Amino acid sequence: MRWLYLAPVAIFAVVAGYFAVGLTRDPGTLPSALLNKPAPEFALPPLNPDKPGLATADLKGAPVLVNVWASWCVPCRAEHPILIRLAREVPVLGFNYKDKTEDARRFLAELGDPYAKIGTDPTGRAAIDWGVYGVPETFVVDAEGRIRHRHVGPLTDRVVAETIRPLLKSLAR
Amino acid sequence: MIAELGQFALALALVVAVAQSTVPLIGAARGDAALTAFARPAAYVQLACIVVAFAALTHAYVTHDFSVVNVARNSHSTMPFLYRLTGVWGNHEGSMLLWILILALMSAAVAGFGANLPEALRARVLAVQGMIGTAFLLFTLFTSNPFARQFPPPMDGRELNPLLQDPGLAFHPPWLYLGYVGFSVAFSFAVAALIEGKVDPAWARWVRPWTLFAWVALTIGIALGSWWAYYELGWGGWWFWDPVENASFMPWIIGAALLHSAVVVEKRDALKSWTILLALVAFSFSLIGTFLVRSGVLTSVHAFAVDPARGVFILMILLVAIGGSLALYAWRAPMLKSGGLFQPLSREGALVLNNLLLATGAATVLLGTLYPLFMDVLGAGKVSVGPPYFNATFVPLMVPLVIAMGVGPLLSWKRADLGGALSRLTVAASATVVVIVLVLYASGGSGFFAAAGLGLAAWLFVATVIELVGRLRLFRAPLSESLDRWRALPRSALGMTVAHAGLAVAIAGMTASTLFQEEKILAMRSGDTVAIRGYELRFQGVTAVPGPNYQADRARFVVTSGGAPVTVLSPERRFYPVQRQQTTEAAIHTTGLADLYVVVGDSDGRGAWTVRVYHNPLVPWIWAGCMIMALGGGLSLTDRRLRVGAPKRRLQPAE
Repeated sequence: MRWLYLAPVAIFAVVAGYFAVGLTRDPGTLPSALLNKPAPEFALPPLNPDKPGLATADLKGAPVLVNVWASWCVPCRAEHPILIRLAREVPVLGFNYKDKTEDARRFLAELGDPYAKIGTDPTGRAAIDWGVYGVPETFVVDAEGRIRHRHVGPLTDRVVAETIRPLLKSLAR
Repeated sequence: MIAELGQFALALALVVAVAQSTVPLIGAARGDAALTAFARPAAYVQLACIVVAFAALTHAYVTHDFSVVNVARNSHSTMPFLYRLTGVWGNHEGSMLLWILILALMSAAVAGFGANLPEALRARVLAVQGMIGTAFLLFTLFTSNPFARQFPPPMDGRELNPLLQDPGLAFHPPWLYLGYVGFSVAFSFAVAALIEGKVDPAWARWVRPWTLFAWVALTIGIALGSWWAYYELGWGGWWFWDPVENASFMPWIIGAALLHSAVVVEKRDALKSWTILLALVAFSFSLIGTFLVRSGVLTSVHAFAVDPARGVFILMILLVAIGGSLALYAWRAPMLKSGGLFQPLSREGALVLNNLLLATGAATVLLGTLYPLFMDVLGAGKVSVGPPYFNATFVPLMVPLVIAMGVGPLLSWKRADLGGALSRLTVAASATVVVIVLVLYASGGSGFFAAAGLGLAAWLFVATVIELVGRLRLFRAPLSESLDRWRALPRSALGMTVAHAGLAVAIAGMTASTLFQEEKILAMRSGDTVAIRGYELRFQGVTAVPGPNYQADRARFVVTSGGAPVTVLSPERRFYPVQRQQTTEAAIHTTGLADLYVVVGDSDGRGAWTVRVYHNPLVPWIWAGCMIMALGGGLSLTDRRLRVGAPKRRLQPAE
């Protein structure tokens, strides 16, 4: 029984060892956990009957942008004109997050629809797999279906010119 | 000049602490009364030095002495007076000073109230307190000096983080630290007992009030922090299983276990080495919490002062304090003689079950908190452990605990009659069934978890009331007898009843607010309306309102219910230009049964605003329940028999 009294200090020694090594790491460098990894498996139902939904298979074949948006999200309105322009260069796929179908449709009817395909995630379940923590977010996915870049917050002309377009150009080669 | 005085006082405190941690220990070992007697004055002088240091830093904040680096970093000339005061501990260095101040306060309290403690025990307890003080004074002086100067001083300061400029958060740290540091007394008592090799009922009685005090303070501190998160972070949530929240929750759980196991030591002279272990672990968790927050090994919304040098220093403190005390435990605890025997089915047995479940609960929280660190160190990648883990592990452990909490107080010591206890609980069982059926019916059969949670709350509440009614022989004896029994009721028994009822209230609040929350997120223009659970909110636009050190956009919502006016809600978005930071101020209308909660978000610049509206049923019960628990602890603390220092070792516990 005596060894049992040693258990607490032994457990602490192990934890302290982890603490010691942990001090040498920087937890601040938290890139998207999915960077350069295949996009998570998912399949989202369509928003409109006339436009297809969104699933993992849609991300393969050519580089695409996946844009996470919602009608209630005001910054999404701000980035919307940029998406409409980008849609002429690259397929933009819509990931409609925690939204109501009629609100989302009204949003697109009002501001225009840049999306080649739109999947709806009313519960936000698929967004968890993508590591989304706010809208809008935009992912650049390469032809093999791997996530190459993640932008959090609304796209701006500068972000597009300095990051998104150069990346798309390099992926096209 | 005054800042230098503060620094000098802190250095002096270190010298005193070193003396306090050695001289009385030698005295106690040699039986030298003169050396032993050194402990008490040393504790008072140490407190006086640290009060001077704390006052000096406060003075620098109040007078805007921006030549002090700490003030320049965390204050600003336009900051309101309250936040200049609370800004003293709203940063790493100042909060360490508060930590040390409270530690010295606790030591002085042991010295002052512990008049009836045996000389040698008191000397040893104060010596261990002195060692903890030495470690943290060294840490503060060498890695986190709050009095460092800079020349030339800047024109103005950089201001306190706007999120911390809030009355709720202003008083959250002092309570939290009273709890964290309060457990140091139980720790010191445990180490002293291990040195002496003696634990008896009197020891448990001396330790209990200190543990109770720390636990009550921690309860209040955690509740304040959670309340702040609720109304300030703007998501309508009140607990996020964030590493730092867990860091405060683990000592709370272990403290609760310790409170209960100390009862067994006191009444039955059993569970001694386990109780000692809990006393060591409770404060160890406080120290680990300090390490997690200040070393930067984990990411957290609270992470402040990330500095590896500090992390290494605190790790050294952990190694000495936790490693040392647990090693002492491994060496000395097997020598402790065990006392009273008991059957598994008895009050002791129920308290052992309580302890096992609480300790396992703390272990699951620890594992979830440290798992990302383990994975990172093992090179398995960056992971984060979120609420699903804790909901799947911690919450199920609490179900048997709450069920047992209803039965335990009805069991007698040594050997109990479970059938008799259960037969007294038929009313509680019926109430539980009624609540479960009602919730299932109201939710259309989908509310399984809600029914379980609210059913448990009903069970615990009614069972607790039944225990009190039985104690008073209410309805079974003449009313006058019940009244006499009420007057003779020990405060500690009443405290238990109140605290258990408080937990029942809090469980109901947690369950309903989590599972029945309704959320609406939408973009609104002036004149738009939104309906939620019988309320209608009309948005009347946003006006710019200047604050003392911020610019606010204040939205106005007229709330009606069935056409009748209810209230006007004015959530704000504040922009603090010095820190260039935005904060949200939720507007909340509470009925005591539910909160209507509105936050206003971004604008598109053309009149549309993101608005989030929540209806949170029973959410005020969470904090009400915590306050009731704290009240129960406080009542117990006023028990004549437990009053700090009152018991004498020669007396047998009155039963």
